[in-house]
Amino acid sequence: MPERKIRVLIAKPGLDGHDRGVKIVARAYRDAGYEVIYTGVHQTPEQIVNAAIQEDVDLVGLSCLSGAHLYLFSEVAKQLQEKGAANVIVVGGGIIPKEDVPKLKKAGIKEVFLPGTPLAKIIGWTKENIKLK
Amino acid sequence: MALLNKVLQGDVQATAKLIRGLEDDLPEAVAELRDLYLHTGKAHIVGVSGAPGAGKSTLLGNLIGTFRKKGMTIGVVAVDPTSPLSGGAILGDRLRMQKHGEDKDVFIRSLASRGWKGGLSRATVNTVHVLDAMGKDVIFVEAVGSGQGETDFARLADTSVVVTVPGMGDDIQTIKAGIMEVADIFVINKADREGAESLKLSLEAMLEMSPGGREEWKPEILLTTASKDKGTDELTEVILRHQAFLAHSGEIEKRRRRRAELELTMAVEDALRRHLAAVDGCYLEKLVDELAARKTDPYTAAQRVIKPAKS
Repeated sequence: MPERKIRVLIAKPGLDGHDRGVKIVARAYRDAGYEVIYTGVHQTPEQIVNAAIQEDVDLVGLSCLSGAHLYLFSEVAKQLQEKGAANVIVVGGGIIPKEDVPKLKKAGIKEVFLPGTPLAKIIGWTKENIKLK
Repeated sequence: MALLNKVLQGDVQATAKLIRGLEDDLPEAVAELRDLYLHTGKAHIVGVSGAPGAGKSTLLGNLIGTFRKKGMTIGVVAVDPTSPLSGGAILGDRLRMQKHGEDKDVFIRSLASRGWKGGLSRATVNTVHVLDAMGKDVIFVEAVGSGQGETDFARLADTSVVVTVPGMGDDIQTIKAGIMEVADIFVINKADREGAESLKLSLEAMLEMSPGGREEWKPEILLTTASKDKGTDELTEVILRHQAFLAHSGEIEKRRRRRAELELTMAVEDALRRHLAAVDGCYLEKLVDELAARKTDPYTAAQRVIKPAKS
């Protein structure tokens, strides 16, 4: 019977249009055997959540370099809860100050990957923490 | 039939979960498919194929807009290739359709090919069925055309749209068996590029030469520039006109019958594959030994594997 795959949604919410880094992360996930849905830049939290639900993803990875992460990331987590998709895990990365990490985690972001995090660490974390149900 | 009832009511999450279950071949999902199939056959299925980079996704993004303006609900199945090296995939078709990401009546599902060659996999067919049962009026299925698989892919669809671009040596591509016979609509995208008109003339000439066999529908050739949303209205009209033609001429029944035939073949092949996978390993090894020793031949040996399947 076919092997099951873990599906990951990678998105950039808000006005930040710099996608070079997030595309590298997407490729790393692909090379690690994940199926990655990349929704592109300038996404609203609602677009991201709708996509996450339609695509039945296991993990949502958010990237933000513009500093609006506190609002945007927590809004995505909140809407996933409200729409009955609380089992979808959300992680984030980008230009995020260390001080904001506890706030993000409190808002439902499971892990935050700060600037300079090696790709191997992101993939490793995913392998450890994201399992199929 | 927990998920099925919700799917029939248009529940997005149940639909997404059932699609996933079928994609992963989970027994409980397959069980629901048996009943689900009886609720399918309502949606108009439009297949969109063409080489990577031809602009299928961008074109689809535009088409969703025009169809939505006409009040139709839309399903999209977008297939991208799985990496043969890693088993992973980047499913990037959705990116070009995300402007519809907040529209409750548009359901987009990205599928990785997972090793299927050619246009059509069980997962693609099943995803279409679920979206059909969910109540979508039109379901677009987007996949890379690869010649051989394209004819199967076209048999899945009610309306088959093939997208080409100028300057890709497509004059030769289109002569390849299958494409000319199955496409209902040819779209020359990136028509602002050089060579668009001459490609159109080549296609027209080839269509004149190929045998009929498509009753009264003469395949149409359209020029579009999807990046500028040019030609979308015209393409929409032709697709709808084709849909009307299918209904008036009775051709739709013939196509649905062909699709049913294709599905039966796929289901039988699937069942045989499962049976083979479940056959006792030692029994197979003995057969292989006999074959290698020339004590039997492959065809007789095959019967000894299949015969138990009948019981």
